[in-house]
Amino acid sequence: MAESDVLRAPHVMEYTYTRSVGPVIERFFAGLGEHRMQGIKGSDGKVIVPPVEYDPFTGETLTEFVDVGDAGTVTTWAWVTDPRPGQPLDKPFAWALVKLDGADTGMLHAVDAGDQSKMSTGMRVRVRWTDDNVPDMGSIACFEPEAG
Amino acid sequence: MSVTEEEPQGTIVERPIRLDYDYTAGTAQSRFLKGIAQGKILGEKCPVCGKVYVGSRGSCPTDGVATEGEIEVPSKGTLTTFCVVNVQFAGQSVEVPYASGYILCDGADIPLMGLVQEVPIEEVRMGLRVEAVWADELGPTLNSIKYWKPTGEPDADYETYRHHL
Repeated sequence: MAESDVLRAPHVMEYTYTRSVGPVIERFFAGLGEHRMQGIKGSDGKVIVPPVEYDPFTGETLTEFVDVGDAGTVTTWAWVTDPRPGQPLDKPFAWALVKLDGADTGMLHAVDAGDQSKMSTGMRVRVRWTDDNVPDMGSIACFEPEAG
Repeated sequence: MSVTEEEPQGTIVERPIRLDYDYTAGTAQSRFLKGIAQGKILGEKCPVCGKVYVGSRGSCPTDGVATEGEIEVPSKGTLTTFCVVNVQFAGQSVEVPYASGYILCDGADIPLMGLVQEVPIEEVRMGLRVEAVWADELGPTLNSIKYWKPTGEPDADYETYRHHL
């Protein structure tokens, strides 16, 4: 059988989850709507961004929110040459862990660096906010290299 | 303590999880699907064990040899096992309750999955003899078989399909 005789077809699987975000992420999202980044203080005093509901070591409920900066340092990254539909950018970009100023953990997001050669571990990046002030991750378009 | 269903509180979000596949049927399944497009159910036989695979993947998983084409089986057979779906879910194209089951075409050793209609739900049973109701427009897809309906023949003896549940 010639290769052209083999049938092909698109096959889409889609599941929509309807879920509550919970009290901690709800407050984090509300901050994003005001272009403000927040973390939460863990039992060891470290600031976790994005905030989590329970302490990663003791499991106790966490409540102490901390404002952190909307700029930070790339701790690790991977370059995406062919962005997939639904990803934050439709041109090549980097997935990166960004340790925001005042935070102790890295937050995963996209960095619009233009070219892989512009990416490096330790580089400074800043949030590019979207125009719509929605209390959602949609407020963050991506990160971009800090000017200067 | 009894489990109660709590009303969800706070912000509710909808998050679609979507996977886009470009599915390649492969040579064996392509042969099968092209048969379906002509209103024919094609099987392929294992030269070692003699089993007739319907919707063949081109090889016998027991004997590890290529199957031989092409054996047309009638679009008539026995409902070997089934379930009645009572719960509505997203993307469902049929009204509940409905019966979905395994249909073993006469001469085949692998059942096809299909809907069983034109029979009251409470009368759907193992051994029911059924035949395919084909769609008005056929294509290389199992949607070409709209559903299966009873033939009116006496039920098949359990021994004839007990290995095909």
